[in-house]
Amino acid sequence: MLWIAQRATAALLALCVVVHLATMIVAVRGGLTATEILGRTRGSVGWATFYGLFVLAVAIHAPIGLRTVAGEWLQWRGRAADACCVAVGVLLLALGWRAVAAVTL
Amino acid sequence: MPVSSNLDVDVWRGGARGAYQRYQVPRQDSQTVLDVVTWIQRRLDPTLAYRFACRVGMCGSCAMTVNGKARWSCRTHVAKVALDNRLTIGPLANLPIVRDLVTDMREFFDKWARAKGQFSPTATRRDDLARVAPASSARREIDAAIECIGCGICYASCDVVAWNPAYLGPAALNRAWTLVNDSRDGDQSARLAAVAGDAGCHACHTQSTCTERCPKLLSPTASIAGLKRATARAALKGAL
Amino acid sequence: MTLHAWRHRDHPAYWASIVHRVTGLLLALFLPVHFLALGTALSGDASLDGFLAWTERPWVKASEVALVALLAAHLTGGLRLLLIEFVGWRRESQAMLLAAAGGATVCCALAFALNLF
Repeated sequence: MLWIAQRATAALLALCVVVHLATMIVAVRGGLTATEILGRTRGSVGWATFYGLFVLAVAIHAPIGLRTVAGEWLQWRGRAADACCVAVGVLLLALGWRAVAAVTL
Repeated sequence: MPVSSNLDVDVWRGGARGAYQRYQVPRQDSQTVLDVVTWIQRRLDPTLAYRFACRVGMCGSCAMTVNGKARWSCRTHVAKVALDNRLTIGPLANLPIVRDLVTDMREFFDKWARAKGQFSPTATRRDDLARVAPASSARREIDAAIECIGCGICYASCDVVAWNPAYLGPAALNRAWTLVNDSRDGDQSARLAAVAGDAGCHACHTQSTCTERCPKLLSPTASIAGLKRATARAALKGAL
Repeated sequence: MTLHAWRHRDHPAYWASIVHRVTGLLLALFLPVHFLALGTALSGDASLDGFLAWTERPWVKASEVALVALLAAHLTGGLRLLLIEFVGWRRESQAMLLAAAGGATVCCALAFALNLF
């Protein structure tokens, strides 16, 4: 059920975010350039897998959270609200995997 | 801060569309908020409606909102809360107002029933007495949560109750947790199904205001976390 | 006049839950922007470089620090929740968990900010 999915992706994201934050903190030293970023990620199966999974987990985790907020703060519940959250998930997945492709292929 | 001899007390009068009315009440030693409300009703305005029973902190009937927080009025000393000689007294939040300081508690108790907060026996009088080890972890979980007297303070303090009308609430879920741990009870799968989902334990966001305010020092937060684990286990086993 | 105009929500765990929710919302809003920015690399390295040059503005750098703080806050708050839900709630450890979450957030934001300059 949704709660399990959210906690499971949360645990996975915790690991991903720690890696991502550490990478960012180190990478941003002395400025950021496309060459530097792409030099790290282009052609890397490792980074592609990492970020691919990262995006998938986010695309599951975020919409479940948004669904709760929509229900509690906007009083928006039911099938339309759920469909909208699924749509957000699909959008994040599409944009996210596109970005991963952009920097790894 | 000078302590004047009079309190400025704003009391909610009317129903949902009522208003605060101000009264002047003389201060007394060891005065409680219940003393203040009683003084108003006896000396100033006999039409003031409010609930109390034991007046010594055992029954929970006198729960009301005092200076923004849900408390037992009989156990709230004026000296501790009226820091600038002002008191604002209103009915418990998250419940329909009958009149003045009295709320309609039906939904609170209906949710208790919906959470399967009642014991379902499995033994008969012909069976031996059940053996429950007091030091067992299950019994200790029950002991930590069993003293609830249904005063409604946790329910009135919970934002999720305010945001989600279907949410069963901390008290009902806390009671359900004590029964989930009860080896004598025979309705466990129905109970776990009842407390799972958007209206059940999964709606709790661990704000923990319930635990902060509970006059019996219980922790519905802990009980609800336990329910989350129990329902997840059941779901993963396909038993939910 | 409404009755529930204000309620004293003056304890840390309450604000932790609000911070968790707000950071989650802001991060969810930010993500598509982040993905689109990275996606500019599809049009070639120069395109991404162009975008990165735009990010050199001070207010953008400040927002990046804020974003790191949002992410760290949401992560540490979430870890605290996972501990409470899976290991159990204990009265004694609540304050420590919140302090640890807050401290870790500040450290991350500082580390990022210091590396920017």
